[in-house]
Parts: sequence; structure tokens; C-alpha cells
Amino acid sequence: MNLTLRVWRQPSASAEGRLVTYEVTDVSPDMSFLEMLDVLNERLILAGEEPIAFDHDCREGICGACGMVINGVPHGPQKATTTCQLHMRHFSDGDTITIEPWRSQAFPVIKDLVVDRSAFDRIIAAGGYISAPTGSAPEAHSIPVPKANADAAFEAAACIGCGACVAACPNGSAMLFTAAKVTHLGLLPQGQPERYTRVVDMVAAHDAEGFGGCTNTGECAAACPKGIPLETISRLNRDYLQATLRRH
Amino acid sequence: MSMFTEGAPIADTRAPDGPIETRWQQRRFSGKLVNPANRRRLNIIVVGTGLAGASAAATLGELGYNVKSFCYQDSPRRAHSIAAQGGINAAKNYRNDGDSIQRLFYDTVKGGDFRSRESNVYRLAEISVEIIDQCVAQGVPFAREYGGLLDTRSFGGAQVSRTFYARGQTGQQLLLGAYQALERQIRAGTVRMYPRTEMLDLVVVDGRARGVVVRNLVTGEVSTHLADAVVLATGGYGNVFYLSTNAKGCNATAIWRAHRRGAYFANPCFTQIHPTCIPVSGNYQSKLTLMSESLRNDGRVWVPVKPGDTRPPDQIPEAERDYYLERMYPSFGNLVPRDIASRAAKRVCDEGRGVGPGGLGVYLDFADAIARLGREAVAAKYGNLFEMYERITGEDPYKVPMRIYPAVHYTMGGLWVDYDLQSTIPGLYVIGEANFSDHGANRLGASALMQGLADGYFILPNTISDYLAAGPFPSIDPDHPEVKQTEQEVRDRIERLLSVNGDRTVDSFHRELGRLMWDYCGMSRNDAGLRKAIDQIRALREEYWQRVKVPGSGEGLNQALERAGRVADFFELAELMCIDALHRTESCGGHFREESQTPEGEALRDDENFSYVAAWEFTGVGRPPVLHKEALEFSYVKPTQRSYK
Ligand SMILES: Cc1cc2nc3c(=O)[nH]c(=O)nc-3n(C[C@H](O)[C@H](O)[C@H](O)COP(=O)(O)OP(=O)(O)OC[C@H]3O[C@@H](n4cnc5c(N)ncnc54)[C@H](O)[C@@H]3O)c2cc1C
Ligand code: SF4
Ligand code: FES
Repeated sequence: MNLTLRVWRQPSASAEGRLVTYEVTDVSPDMSFLEMLDVLNERLILAGEEPIAFDHDCREGICGACGMVINGVPHGPQKATTTCQLHMRHFSDGDTITIEPWRSQAFPVIKDLVVDRSAFDRIIAAGGYISAPTGSAPEAHSIPVPKANADAAFEAAACIGCGACVAACPNGSAMLFTAAKVTHLGLLPQGQPERYTRVVDMVAAHDAEGFGGCTNTGECAAACPKGIPLETISRLNRDYLQATLRRH
Repeated sequence: MSMFTEGAPIADTRAPDGPIETRWQQRRFSGKLVNPANRRRLNIIVVGTGLAGASAAATLGELGYNVKSFCYQDSPRRAHSIAAQGGINAAKNYRNDGDSIQRLFYDTVKGGDFRSRESNVYRLAEISVEIIDQCVAQGVPFAREYGGLLDTRSFGGAQVSRTFYARGQTGQQLLLGAYQALERQIRAGTVRMYPRTEMLDLVVVDGRARGVVVRNLVTGEVSTHLADAVVLATGGYGNVFYLSTNAKGCNATAIWRAHRRGAYFANPCFTQIHPTCIPVSGNYQSKLTLMSESLRNDGRVWVPVKPGDTRPPDQIPEAERDYYLERMYPSFGNLVPRDIASRAAKRVCDEGRGVGPGGLGVYLDFADAIARLGREAVAAKYGNLFEMYERITGEDPYKVPMRIYPAVHYTMGGLWVDYDLQSTIPGLYVIGEANFSDHGANRLGASALMQGLADGYFILPNTISDYLAAGPFPSIDPDHPEVKQTEQEVRDRIERLLSVNGDRTVDSFHRELGRLMWDYCGMSRNDAGLRKAIDQIRALREEYWQRVKVPGSGEGLNQALERAGRVADFFELAELMCIDALHRTESCGGHFREESQTPEGEALRDDENFSYVAAWEFTGVGRPPVLHKEALEFSYVKPTQRSYK
């Protein structure tokens, strides 16, 4: 199939960006979206032009590196699918596809489709862990965890830190990302001692990084490639409330 | 000119003597310690944030050392370990099915086809149980049974159920555990993190590893970081084949540059071809996707009995199907080790019985499992893998059997290390997939995660103190000639790559190199093919430096330039892999020399002549490397012809 791409090109963080149009031909439906861009990039290189910069690594939907806004939707049209796992069979001959980077104040553009998501690491550093220095662990079976809790914790822990939730949110909030970690750790017995300091510290870091507040639009969960449920945010809010009550 | 020369054997691996169960304890006791107040004054560089690097950096930080951690991704959480699917082994014997440290040790030595060091493997099996404890304490959400206890499953090469898992995302969950511990130390100020930073060379001063030269991938700035010791945890080099299950950025640059500075490279030809990957679908293909080995617990592998049978699978009656693994290996069946399953798949495809486009595929069929356990239960175990398969191929594996084919997956070879995980350069430690230890000529499933975490959490933090106790080492002036020169060489190389300005892209060269390696140094190898490959690699490498086109400049983000440097190093490594494969005229594990097979076509070892680790010393690009042999002794597991029948 033949497609028209409109791709955001921005040489550097400080430069102005704009949409540039490219025609791509002979796209196979079995190609992944990123392979389609690879083919275009090979062509650009040989023509002496700068290839389009985009983040990617595993190309299996698990590392969270990839991410572009495709026709206005983070990670594109297929539900619960990262950009790297999106295949061209979901597009048709003659389509025009607009490709832009994540847009958020807290994720400044570095180049083209590459953005700086280091704010996520700082939110985790603020409390997204269980303090268990190496060597201090008791025998694993000394702490049974009911299967239902373990499964729910796993579901929240499946977040890949891609940032689509932020890109989708009209407020640029990272509450789904933050809540996923608060939920994962808060559901486990090992996570209880730090449960309330964790939520307070992580929310403070979230706000300090310039992410917006959550107004429950639900756009985040709709865009999330890993199906992180919106209820994690309610859970975060309950824990946060508890934590503030405890402080008084 | 001969392909290589032989130098002095490696005399000492620093593994203690005495009963094998006591060796690790002995080594820990004999090693010197660094007192807590001094640790703050000792600087350690850890390159890589996968399971090995993140666990090491976090643990060293907790101990109070001053750590700098580097990775090329935008966040340490994205290291390639994140993609590991199936699980992690540990000799917990929670199932009471006869498992023990002794058995895990035995399975690993045998699985590696008797080409690993007994002392190391025993220690790994011993530490395996502590790893699970550590990860559970961090909140890793392993799969559990209804009673709340940990669930396990079986993996290839074992008859016990000792693989712990978190659905199909075990690597992700283990890495997030280590990453969170790392972030905690970053916040505490013991670790400084440098993401989007690539190590391009090793700084060696007065015979010791003292730092790294790195390029900031965002600004393009080249700079040097100095330290008292350097740890490489930069993963495997499977991407030398271009198509592999590794992440796109996986590369050999860090270990190759260290090799060029004097670290020996061990068993480079030992690569693992994983039997269950989604087959190649077109020449634009950028990577191959693994379907976890755990699928072989319930999936049955088959091909049609008749060559050239193109009927759809549901129209091939039971009697005309060949469940060849069950037929050839009745006691392990579909769960034979990877090297054996891969070769068997190649054999049936070579016989013209392969399925799918091009005949390069075999079926992995879940019909029986779905009939026996129900669709729900199968979905609970493998749901995400089935989805991934459907996304990529557009076919529903609940209805049509999966098509799979072997693909490059893991590299057992890597930088040579002693029992302390120290390379031949004092002060340079190598952990995780980047070193050669523990897996011999074939790694068992779910043992890489175990090894990465054993190295990072438990072994390195103990052994490195013995070296650091003599530190801090004399401080080095950033203007020291060695430092300046290494930095200049890095700059010159970048300049050279940018200035060729030829007419072929980096990827076109990489694909061609990968094809060569797959054809001649892949699943089966022979003398003539390897010699041909070496000639062609050399010619292609020359051409690379004449014709490669790298757009843009060294300033700022330039992904084509990053790839260009990595591929240049792959060219040099590829040649060494072929030389190693050529010199080892026996077959063992993943290394199959057509000249050395049993009448049934199984790998035939030659213990008399090859019971050693081949550690190679660099002498210059295109110059014959020097072979140093580390003799292997087996006092606990008697080498036998491996049998899974
Ligand atoms: C698809 C897949 C599934 C797997 N499943 C399993 C499984 O189920 N069980 C199992 O036991 N094993 C599995 N493996 C193998 C296992 O995942 C790896 O062997 C292991 O994770 C390697 O960990 P590592 O820490 O050594 O390196 P990696 O995780 O590869 O990390 C390498 C790190 O080094 C950094 N790096 C590399 N080069 C440089 C450089 N030049 N400069 C700076 N940083 C650099 C990277 O940024 C990264 O942080 C699987 C492998 C694959 C490919
Ligand atoms: S919550 Fe979902 S969208 Fe947000 S970072 Fe995690 S995986 Fe991505
Ligand atoms: S590239 Fe890893 S999630 Fe897309």
C-alpha cells in the first residue's frame, strides 16, 4: 500500500518544529509501524537527509521506549498496543498518517519524536520501591500473599513507563503511572510499612515535575497499552487521604 | 598466515579448592573487606542497568560505595532484561519433586555440555534460593497458588519444576525490582545515574581499569569518568546476527572495546539459537520475536510426515503428523534443551517438511492443552504470549497452531572472568550475559536471569571488596596521557565514521553481516563455510569503511551514528567468533560442527582435545588472536554423552 505521512520534525529541544510530508510506497501489511519508518529512514539517509529520530528498543511492547501520537492517538488506533507492536495491516492504501511526539510540559522534546521522560524516574526515586537492602530478605514462603492480591498487584506492576497516559491527558497528568506503582506495592504485605509515606512522596514528586492534576477524564486508561485500570487512581486517592489524616 | 597462535594457558581461576559446597564460603572469608567509612571514598563505575548492572549498582550503593551507573536507554528500567518472558530458576524444592542445589548444579553442567567451570556453577545453584527471597522482599509479584505460596513451572533440560515466573513478564518484574532498588539509591545519593550515555572505550592506566570514555547521546559530548574499579554489565552480543530476539540497541561495544584493551574474550562462538521464535516474514524485518520456552510445557511440536505437504494444519490427520521431539526424545519430549530442539527443527525443515511461507517453520500446537485444561486455563498461563503472536502474525493461536522457527537468542560467550568475576584486566569486572561464565556451551532456560541477579546482588559486591581493599588507588589527572589518548581515539573514530560519506547505509551492512553469520556460523558450522565467512567478513569490513553513509554530525542526538559505531565493532567480533568456531573442531551444546556428530546426528564432543575454555587475546584488527586455554576439570559431574532420550 502507499501512504502519506506527516511527521513532526524538530532538530533540537530549542529549535522550532513543524510537520513534514513524506510519501511512502510499497508498504507491506505485515510490517510493523516502526519498520515502515525504518524503510523511510533508509531512504532519507541515502538521499542525504536526516532520518527521523524516535525512541525504541525491544520492539516487543515491553520496554516502554517507543511512543508516538498517531493521528491524534498515543500509540495509534489499536487498543492496548504499543507503537512498536502496531502493524500496518491496520491501515489502508491511500491513508494519510500524522505522527507527533508526546506533548506535555513535563516531557520536553529532545529531537523529532524523542522526548525526555526522566521525570518518571524521579517519581519512582521518591518512593516507588520497598526498602529491602540486599541480604536482608526472609525466606520467600514466610510471607504468603493471597493469589487475588498477587494477581492484582501484578496487573498494576505491568506498567511499562511509556508515558502515553500523560500524552493522552488533557491536563498532562501522570496520575495513572504514579497510581500503578502505588497500587502494585500497596497491595502486597511487604509494601505496607512504607505505604503512606510512599503515596505522599510520590505525589509530591509528581506535582514538582510539572505534571497536571487529575480530573478523572479517563483518557489515560483508554490510551494505556497495558490496560492499567482507572481504579488504581481511586486507590491512590484513598491512600493519600488516609495518609493526610494520619499526619494530623 | 595462520588464523591464530597459541599462548600460555590460564593457570589460576582463583576458585578455592576443597569440597565444592564450601568454596564460596571460603572465598568470602578469605577475601579482604573494606571498612564502611572507607567505602564512601571508593568510586565504582557500573556500565549497564539490566538485571546484572542494576542489582550490582543498587547493592554497591547500599554498601556505601560511590557509584556511577550508565545505560544507553533513556531510563535504566528499559534495559533488555525487561523483555525476558519465561522465568527464573531456583533450587527451592518447594514442590518436593526431588530438586536440590546439587541437582540444579548437575542439570546446569550437563545442560552446558560440560564446558563450564564446576565451582562457578555450584555457587550459582547455591545462590539461586537467596535470589527468590530477595525479589519477594522487594515486592516482585511472582505467580502464586491459591494458598498464597509461590507457583513454579518446568523449563527445558530439567525434570523438576523449579522455574518461578510472573506471567509472561518475569524479566520485567525482576528488573523493575532491581530498578526500584537502584532509584532508591539514586535518591539516597550513593548512585549517580547517567542515562542516554554510551560507553565507547575503557581507560586503562598502569595496568588497571580506571575509567570509561562515554558519549552523551543527547548532546554528543565525549567525556571521561574515572574510578577505582569498572564493572561491565552490558549484556550479550546476539545482534551480531542482525536478526535476533535481542532489543535493537543491544551491542558488543563495551566488551569489545575492553577486549581491545587487553581483556580476554572467552568462547565467542558459543551462541544460543532459541527454538521457539516467530518466523521471518519479509526482508524489511527488523527483529525476531521470541515465544517463551514455557510454551513447550503445554504446546506440542510437530510437522507433517510427508515432505511438501501444504495442507492447512487442521486438514492433516493425526496419523500424518510427526511429533518429532516426542518421538526422538521420549523422556524429555517437547522439553529437550534448546540446542537440541533447534537442531531438530532445522533438520525437519531441511527434509522439506517445514511449514508456512518458505518452509521455514514448525507447528507448536495447543489443541490438546485447550481440550484438556480448557481455554481459560491456557489463557491464564500464556494469554499475553498468544496475544503477542496474534498481533504480529494476524493469526489466532487458540484456533490455528503457532508457527515457530529457531532464532539467535543468547550468547554464552563473553569476556573471560575468574571466580571473582574479574577479567584479565585488574579492576575490570564483568557480570551478567556480558561474561562467559556458568552456562558452558548451552544455557538452560530461565538460568540467565538467575545468573544476572546472582552476579549483581550477591557475588560481585562480595568479591570486588577484595580488590578495592587495596584502594583508593592513586588519583588520576584528567590530563593524564592515557586518558587523553583514549578520549582522542574515541573522537577520531566518530569523525572517521562521519567522514566516509559513502553510498550504503549502516543497516544494509549489518543485514549482510548478519546473513553471513547465520549461514556460516549459525545453527551448524563446517570448516569450509567458516573459512569463507572469515574472508567475506574481512572484505565487507573494508567496504564498510569505504562506503558507509552516516548522516548528520557528532553533535546532538544522532541515532545513525550510534548504530554505525556498534556495527563497526560487530565486524571485528564476528571474525573472532568464526575463528573460535573454526578452531573448535568438536561439537558441543550450541556449537555444532558438521564434522563431529554421532550416527543419529547429535553433537559429538571431543573431551580429550577440547575440554577447555578458549580465551582469546586481541592483537590487532585482522591479525591472528592468541588462544589461551583454561583447562576444565570435572570432579563432581562426570562428563558423559548428553542424552535426553
Ligand atoms: C526475548 C528474550 C526473552 C528472555 N527470556 C528469558 C527468561 O525467561 N529467563 C532467563 O533466564 N533469561 C531470559 N532471557 C535472557 C536474559 O533476558 C538476558 O540474558 C539477561 O536479561 C541479560 O541481562 P544483563 O543484565 O546481562 O544485560 P541487559 O539486560 O542486556 O542489559 C544491558 C545493559 O547495558 C547497557 N549497555 C549496553 N551497552 C552499553 C554501552 N556501550 N554503554 C552504556 N550502556 C550500555 C544497556 O543500556 C543495558 O542497560 C531472554 C532474552 C530475550 C532476548
Ligand atoms: S500507566 Fe499505561 S500509559 Fe501510563 S506509563 Fe504506564 S503503561 Fe504507559
Ligand atoms: S520498543 Fe519497547 S515497548 Fe515499543
